[in-house]
Amino acid sequence: MADLSFDQTQQSKFGKTTLRIILYVLLTLFALYYLLPLFVMVTTSLKSLEEIRTGSLIALPREITFDAWKIAWASACTGIQCEGLRPYFWNSVLLAVPAVLLSTLLGALNGYVVAQWRFRGANLIFSLMLFGCFIPFQVVLLPMARLLGLMGIAGTIPGLIFVHVIYGIGFTTLFFRNYYVTIPSELVKAAKVDGANFLRIFWSIFLPLSLPIIVVTVIWQFTQIWNDFLFGVSFSQAGTQPVTVALNNIVNSTTGVKEYNVDMAAAIIAALPTLLVYVVAGKYFIRGLTAGSVKG
Amino acid sequence: MEFPMSEWLENHLPKIVLAPSFIAVLVFVYGFIGWTAWVSFTRSKLLPKYEIKGFIQYEKLFASPRWDTAFENLFVFGALFIIIAMVVGLLLAIMLDQQIRTEGLIRTIYLYPMALSMIVTGTAWKWILNPGLGLEATIKGWGYNDFSFDWIVNSEMAIYTIVLAAVWQSSGFVMALFLAGLRSVDGEIIKAAQVDGIPTWRIYTAIIIPSMAPIFLSAFIVLSHLAIKSFDLVIALTGGGPGYSTDLPATYMYAMAFSRGDIGQAASSAMIMMLVVFTIVVPYLYSELRTKNDG
Amino acid sequence: MAPILDIQNLFKNYGTTEILKNINVSIEPGDFLVLVGPSGCGKSTLLNCIAGLEPTTGGNLFIDGQDMTHVSPKDRDIAMVFQSYALYPTMSVAKNITFGMKVRGVDAATQERKLNEVANQLQIEPLLNRRPGQLSGGQRQRVAMGRALVRDPKLFLFDEPLSNLDAKLRVEMRSEIKKLHQNLGATMVYVTHDQIEAMTLATKIVVMRGGVIQQIGTPAEIYNKPANLFVADFMGSPAMNLIPATVLRNGKGAQIEISREGKEPILLHDQKAIDLPEKVILGLRPEDIAEAGFRAGENIQEAECHVEMVEPAGADTYVVSELGGKQVTARLHAETRASAGENLRFAFDLAKASYFEPETGNRLN
Repeated sequence: MADLSFDQTQQSKFGKTTLRIILYVLLTLFALYYLLPLFVMVTTSLKSLEEIRTGSLIALPREITFDAWKIAWASACTGIQCEGLRPYFWNSVLLAVPAVLLSTLLGALNGYVVAQWRFRGANLIFSLMLFGCFIPFQVVLLPMARLLGLMGIAGTIPGLIFVHVIYGIGFTTLFFRNYYVTIPSELVKAAKVDGANFLRIFWSIFLPLSLPIIVVTVIWQFTQIWNDFLFGVSFSQAGTQPVTVALNNIVNSTTGVKEYNVDMAAAIIAALPTLLVYVVAGKYFIRGLTAGSVKG
Repeated sequence: MEFPMSEWLENHLPKIVLAPSFIAVLVFVYGFIGWTAWVSFTRSKLLPKYEIKGFIQYEKLFASPRWDTAFENLFVFGALFIIIAMVVGLLLAIMLDQQIRTEGLIRTIYLYPMALSMIVTGTAWKWILNPGLGLEATIKGWGYNDFSFDWIVNSEMAIYTIVLAAVWQSSGFVMALFLAGLRSVDGEIIKAAQVDGIPTWRIYTAIIIPSMAPIFLSAFIVLSHLAIKSFDLVIALTGGGPGYSTDLPATYMYAMAFSRGDIGQAASSAMIMMLVVFTIVVPYLYSELRTKNDG
Repeated sequence: MAPILDIQNLFKNYGTTEILKNINVSIEPGDFLVLVGPSGCGKSTLLNCIAGLEPTTGGNLFIDGQDMTHVSPKDRDIAMVFQSYALYPTMSVAKNITFGMKVRGVDAATQERKLNEVANQLQIEPLLNRRPGQLSGGQRQRVAMGRALVRDPKLFLFDEPLSNLDAKLRVEMRSEIKKLHQNLGATMVYVTHDQIEAMTLATKIVVMRGGVIQQIGTPAEIYNKPANLFVADFMGSPAMNLIPATVLRNGKGAQIEISREGKEPILLHDQKAIDLPEKVILGLRPEDIAEAGFRAGENIQEAECHVEMVEPAGADTYVVSELGGKQVTARLHAETRASAGENLRFAFDLAKASYFEPETGNRLN
């Protein structure tokens, strides 16, 4: 885009400088608004309960202590059990990794078919799958709970993996489809003439091209599944809960003294994997977000 | 020698590959919606019954003051959340579009909340908004003894704390959308306008923003979708309280389904949510797919 | 000789839309068949049907005597070069060329030998380890050709292979393809919308419009004896002059009367004994209208015309005048002294004239 900074020659130098200053002040204020919760979370988690009660919310800790982190990780109570977030963190890992891989693989194959192997009705199928992305999941909670029960995987991690894969397919298909439609269909034709079949073309030609969209999809799915609460709280039971549910239980457990520093440490632990992904691969994260909303 | 079987397989493999996903979507999305719709017309309580009894669940739903609050909250929360997030997002995008030297860093800061779970967001804001120890106490500590910021425990104001936290989480995302939109406007049009001596603010209001109409629509769709599904944030921030003053249809449905054991009410409230989404998303998807097919 | 490619009564529909209607073409080994026509005429669809990339709705297709109508592309013994080249983006040039052999399970030594042959033939040895993204348009084009050559197929299929190149490169590659055809003696089917490409490359041209074959013939036949007004207008640049005229009969031959705005009509006498209806459209190529005195022949007719516009084009000068309500272009030698606004005596070579029926557009002579 063309240079659109406020450098109209008719503006006085003074006015221009003032505008720039106002601009930077506003941007900084907003940055503070976004950073405040993170700052408060980190500082609170490093304070003792005593200091939290007497000191100010936004003050730096006088004395840094990692006790709250230890408690949050290993011994905070989520209801009756007091094992900290650790087991639930691993539940989330055990749940997210297979669910992400499976839904990405299915999305890649589906996207490949919908974009490059159009057949009569393929568009309708894609539209139906796309609409599935937008339903409020409340509308499937009840029958899904019953089905998981019938299948004997209610309250288990495989059950949750199943649910996340099913309701992730729409988005992963959309991502791959939108990526693969930009690849000229002549590529498939050339490969057919060369004698390659459906799977060979996918494996030798499309998959090697797909690294960027695989990264986007994996990040998107990982963020969605790691951060999920609704499915986690609806379809898990004591012992199989994902980390978000455990975090909520720690924060809202009514027994004993309210340990705000432990709550904050637990919140940071629960947020760390997705924050890490964001810091390491922010570009792909944003691409996923915008791809999920602006299609084409 | 021909192998008709493998030939057949090769020709039908695309359909065979797509079939499991399609069947899954058919059953677990559309079939389940159908099941929920069916049950919403029955007298199901703790266990589902399948005998159709008409609209009794819906009558009961709209007679319930708790649902009234939840439904009204959806519109109060939804409207405020969407409008504020859009305005903030657009403002931030325009400000960031002025060749800011630290743009990358600032963008990273504005957008990171989107990577967080709403449970984390709720937990953090719940602590900040805690009247006894949070922001209110801090500002009182600075000597402003009359300062009061107790929205989270005030049943009249608590819904606005959810707006505050939701905007915090999502406005950076709207900014990213709009920024991408601003940058995709044809540079030659803008140069032409600059040559014509049109002031910068007029270029924005008359040329750039109108050309971003599709992005406004996308942002609106995504935000309204987030608003309707908002469940985690309410659970973590207010738990629906004080009382049930911050209930949303999503939390109402969950309470009916899993705490109250009232499947009929849960199903009918889920169907209402579905209808709200339907009226917003279907026209959008329809137009999207149409233009895609024509193009 | 038995035809190498024989298409019989081929039909192709998309839903209710007819894309190809009753196509019948056959070519012999060594032929260079060019399918030409405006965009949307069905020429690319026809090529895809020959390749087996699109199913046909009706009719039969034989390659080297075998019915290939329902055979998948890989078993048709064909190779194809695409408009976008369709090089596999993640594979090196060498891998692009050998991919087909690898899929078919050809042993590594043979792959290597054939790769080297083709690379040598096309002079792309230095490029073998590069990715397609690192190549120029012309280089990609060569690699795409290499991928086809290495197959040594019964039929080479080309889908507008030169349309993504700039003008200069296009001419170069065109003559290279021609050389390749002569050296290999291979059979080629080539789709283009560029009638010059069609004329220069083909041994046989098929002109198509709206899914229907308009004419099949050698370049000379198509150029000199277009079967209808569409072919006459489409082939040749500048296009054939198509002048509405009235036929006045007399004993031998025909008197052709061409009206002029504000002047008495021109009368031309065609000495050939042909039977023409009263209303015709006279087709004359620009080069068949010359300056009087510069052209000799049996059937030359002269008439004075008013020059509207003069366009020097280097080797020739085009002179436009108005006859029968049409802009008529004459191709004169470069040193002509014609200038706009003057009258000039033209020589019309009626030995080359085509006559068309105004209603149907079909050729009459």
